[in-house]
Amino acid sequence: MTLHDSILSGDRRALARLITKIENDQPESRAALAALYPRGGRAQVIGVTGAPGTGKSTLVSEMAKAYRRAAKTVAIIAVDPTSPFTGGAILGDRIRMRDLSGDDGVFIRSMATRGSLGGLARATDEVVAVVDAAGFDVIMIETVGAGQSEVDIARLAHTTLVVEAPGLGDDVQAIKAGILEIADVLVLNKADLPGAEAATRALRGMLMLAHTQWDVPICETVAAEGKGVAEVIAAIDRHRNYLLQNDGMIQRERDRVRRQLENLARDLLYSRFIAAKRDEVDAAIEAVASRQRDPYSVVDELLK
Amino acid sequence: MTTSPIRVLVAKPGLDGHDRGAKVIARALRDAGMEVIYTGLRQTPEMIAEAALQEDVDVVGLSILSGAHNALVPKVMDLLKGKGLNDVRVFLGGIVPDEDIPPLKALGVADVFGPGTSTDVIVESIRKTIRK
Repeated sequence: MTLHDSILSGDRRALARLITKIENDQPESRAALAALYPRGGRAQVIGVTGAPGTGKSTLVSEMAKAYRRAAKTVAIIAVDPTSPFTGGAILGDRIRMRDLSGDDGVFIRSMATRGSLGGLARATDEVVAVVDAAGFDVIMIETVGAGQSEVDIARLAHTTLVVEAPGLGDDVQAIKAGILEIADVLVLNKADLPGAEAATRALRGMLMLAHTQWDVPICETVAAEGKGVAEVIAAIDRHRNYLLQNDGMIQRERDRVRRQLENLARDLLYSRFIAAKRDEVDAAIEAVASRQRDPYSVVDELLK
Repeated sequence: MTTSPIRVLVAKPGLDGHDRGAKVIARALRDAGMEVIYTGLRQTPEMIAEAALQEDVDVVGLSILSGAHNALVPKVMDLLKGKGLNDVRVFLGGIVPDEDIPPLKALGVADVFGPGTSTDVIVESIRKTIRK
């Protein structure tokens, strides 16, 4: 049986193996991806982002339990950063997901960013595609907890949750561009802590200034106790229905595919370019580094 | 790009609640360029084997300070084999009496590290065993 047939028949080990091959960009992963891609498109894809320590992993774990109670299967892709200095990584999101262990309906995979910026791992799109084809009902992607720029998740997920917690900053933080603008649902976790009311007020004030058709809800949760999780899931479902009724789903999918094709084409063109012109590039690096040439005209010349 | 870092699951089976050592090892392996999945305290052998499968790791590193290694390690090895993870190499760290080491290695444990082992020795042993 081929790797992709095993995955379609529910073999978890085959799925785990293919994810590794995709992460390592091994040639055989392309064929499996090509075979699996048409089988996907059914899963509900949820992104969860927010600053470190806001409780993303705990929230994801509690949401997974709620989806399991509703008899939905869940895949979790948890991304943590790769050290830019050593290439190593510590992937620690499973620590908060131990309650999910032993449930056949849950598959958790930790991924390191491997140099990708934007809060996701380089191969996250592809991994979502195979997990989708493997038949999971819900896919949750937990981003790196970096803070203000991991907007890639909004292009990949159908619904993006931004998780905040009290005491992380004043209302100027809340109106900065970026992370809050990608929220389809805002979650104020640790809502039992002092300052929760003020934080919710600041978030609400910020949302009132936003000009979006979709009215972004704010959900207060205490994820460690499971409080408010049902409301988060209800808000996600409302957003999904909103997208389905307004052609938003197909529009999001088109945007996602456009970006994916751009990235794939860019990577492929770049690797062909480097393979064909390695010596010229090396010479150009020397010329620019010693200021004999400038990078702009050098690139023009290399691409002629 | 054909970078394929060694993936390691660092797990603490059993009931001892002390994971300073496991965290030091996790950090050292990260600094050696490996991807370390750290699962935290009080893992059952079933949890460890399932995580090893889902994460498709090359190595499982077990930290056991409670003296229960003769009960826990064979259980983990059995479960890994039962899931078809025959190529996953298992390393053990903790307080293990010398006379227990040969039977553990006979079970397939790749290496056993006692207190005071330098992290360089551990990194080297894993690299040599996996040879990537």
